[in-house]
Amino acid sequence: MSEITKQSLSELIKNIKDKKLSSTEVTKAFVERSEKSKKLNAYVTEDFSAAIDKAKKFDENPNLDLKLPGIPMAVKDLFCTKNVKTTAGSKMLNNFIPTYESTVTQNIWNEGAILLGKLNCDEFAMGSSNETSFFGNVQNPIDKDLVPGGSSGGSSSAVAAQLTPITIGTDTGGSIRQPASFTGTVGLKPTYGSCSRYGIVAFASSLDQAGPMAQNVKDCALLNEVISSYDEKDSTSIDFKRNNYSKELTNNIKGKKIGIPKEYRIDGMPKEIEDLWKKGIEYVKDCGTEILDISLPHTNYALPTYYIVAPAEASSNLARYDGVKYGFRADGENLIDMYEKTRSEGFGAEVQRRIMIGTYVLSSGYYDAYYLKAQKVRKLIKNDFDEAYKKVDAILTPSTPSSAFKIGEKTNDPVSMYLNDIFTVPVNLAGLPGISIPAGHDAKGYPLGLQIIGKAFDEQNLLNIAYAMEEKINFKNKITDWWIK
Amino acid sequence: MSIDLKTIKHISKLSRISVDEKKVEKLAGDLNSIFEFIEKLNELKTDNVQPLTSVAETTLKLRDDKVKSKNLRDQIIKNSPQENEDYFVVPKVVE
Repeated sequence: MSEITKQSLSELIKNIKDKKLSSTEVTKAFVERSEKSKKLNAYVTEDFSAAIDKAKKFDENPNLDLKLPGIPMAVKDLFCTKNVKTTAGSKMLNNFIPTYESTVTQNIWNEGAILLGKLNCDEFAMGSSNETSFFGNVQNPIDKDLVPGGSSGGSSSAVAAQLTPITIGTDTGGSIRQPASFTGTVGLKPTYGSCSRYGIVAFASSLDQAGPMAQNVKDCALLNEVISSYDEKDSTSIDFKRNNYSKELTNNIKGKKIGIPKEYRIDGMPKEIEDLWKKGIEYVKDCGTEILDISLPHTNYALPTYYIVAPAEASSNLARYDGVKYGFRADGENLIDMYEKTRSEGFGAEVQRRIMIGTYVLSSGYYDAYYLKAQKVRKLIKNDFDEAYKKVDAILTPSTPSSAFKIGEKTNDPVSMYLNDIFTVPVNLAGLPGISIPAGHDAKGYPLGLQIIGKAFDEQNLLNIAYAMEEKINFKNKITDWWIK
Repeated sequence: MSIDLKTIKHISKLSRISVDEKKVEKLAGDLNSIFEFIEKLNELKTDNVQPLTSVAETTLKLRDDKVKSKNLRDQIIKNSPQENEDYFVVPKVVE
C-alpha cells in the first residue's frame, strides 16, 4: 500500500471498506501532513483534534455503506460550519461562529466525512490569486512564490499538496477551475442550481455555485454526487434527476460531438496554451469523438458583463455587514459613522472596490446604462451557448490564458488580474457546468489545464469526457514537498 | 467616462464605506481603468434584447407558510458585537 496521503479518495475508501485502514489512521496521516505544511498557509482554521476524535468514534462503529466512510476533508472557508469559525477570508467575519451548517457540507458529513479544517480563500471569494485574503496569501505547492489561483486558493493548494484527499470550493467566475488549473488538480463547477447555496457566504447570487476539487476525475464525480441535491432552503435550487455520477462514469465517449470555439483563440495567447489546446483536440479525437468548429460571438463581452453583474450583486449582498448583528464592528460617533468605519476597516481593498463599482452601476441614473445593459448582454452570451449546443455535446477550451503567476505580479493592476478569468467567466454567466483537468506543463514545468463546458444538467457527459481525456493525457503532477524540507 | 473625486465621495456615501483622502486618488485610478474596460459593452446594440435575470428558468416553488424554526433567539444574538438582554445594541440614534 502506498503512503496514506498519496492515495486518491477512491483508494482510501476502498482501503477503509476492506478494513486495511481505519478512519483514525487516515485522519491522523492528513493531520500530520497538514501540521508539517503550515508554510503553505492553506488553512485559516484547523480543527485537527476534533477530527481525530470523530475518526475514533467512526471506527468504534463504522458504517461502511456511506459514500465517504470516515474520510477526512478540509473545506473552503466560505461554507458555514456549525460551531466552527467561518471567515470568508475577511476581517469582517474573523469572529463569526455559525450556529448552522451549509447544506453542501451537511450532505458531506451525512455521508461519513470528517471536517479537518477551513481553507484560505480570497476575501468574500473576490480574487483570482488568493492574495486578497485577510489571512495572507497561500503558496502554490508546485513552486515557491507562485499563487495557487483563486478564489479557492487554499482548497487547490491543499488538494495538490495532499493535505486533504478532496475538497470543495465555490466558483462565481472561475474560482474552482482556475485554481485547479494552476495546481494540476481537477475542479468542477456544476450547473447553476445543482448544489444548494444555503449557508455559503454570498458573493454574487446569480453566479455562485459550489463544486468539488480533487486529484482525479473519478474522485470529483463521487464528491459531486454527494454535494449535488435539491434544497428547499435555496430558492434557486433546481429539482432535476441527479445521476450516480461516479458509478455511471465511463470512458466511452465515441460519437460525441465536441465544439471548438474560435473566439477563445484570443490575441496574445501564449503559444504554450495554443499548443496545449491543439493537443487536447487530438486527445478527444483519439477517444472517437467528432470535432466541430463553433462560434460563440459574444465571448469578448463576457468579462465586462461579469464586472457589472458580479459587483452589483456583491454590493447588495454585502450590505448586511453593518457591524450590528454579527461580524466586526468599529466604534463610531453615531450610527452612520459606525457603519462607515466598520465597513472601511472590516473590508479589504478589493472588496471595497467591488462594492463601490456595484453601488455605482446600480445607482440612480446609471442603472440602465450599466446593469440593465449587462443583463441584456448576458442574454446574448447565453444565446450563443444555446445555439452551439444544437450542434455539439460539449465544448473544449483552455482553462486559463497562462500558467500560475508569481505572488505580487498582478496585485497593482486589477484589470490584468480580471483577464485571468476570460475562459471561465462565460460559463458562470450562462449557468453551465464546466470542469478543468490538468493536461500538460509549460516550459517552466508549471501545470496547465483544459476546460470542458457541458450542457446544463449534463454533468454526467461532462465527467465522462473528462474521464476519457484524463486517461489519454496521463498527467503527473510535479510536487517536490519543498515546503517541508 | 471618467469618475472624478466628487463621484467617488458620492459612491462612498451610498455604500457606507468611508474613504480617506490618501486612498481617493488610487481608488479613482482603479475605478476608471475598470470602467474603461466595462464601456466595451457599448459597442453592442441591445435595444431588442430581453435582459437575463436568472439562468434557472424555473418558477419559484410555493410552500406552506408554516413556522419551522423556533426559539432561535440565543443563536441569533450569539454573534452580535454588542447586545443587551434580547436586543442588538447600536450607537444612540435618538437624542
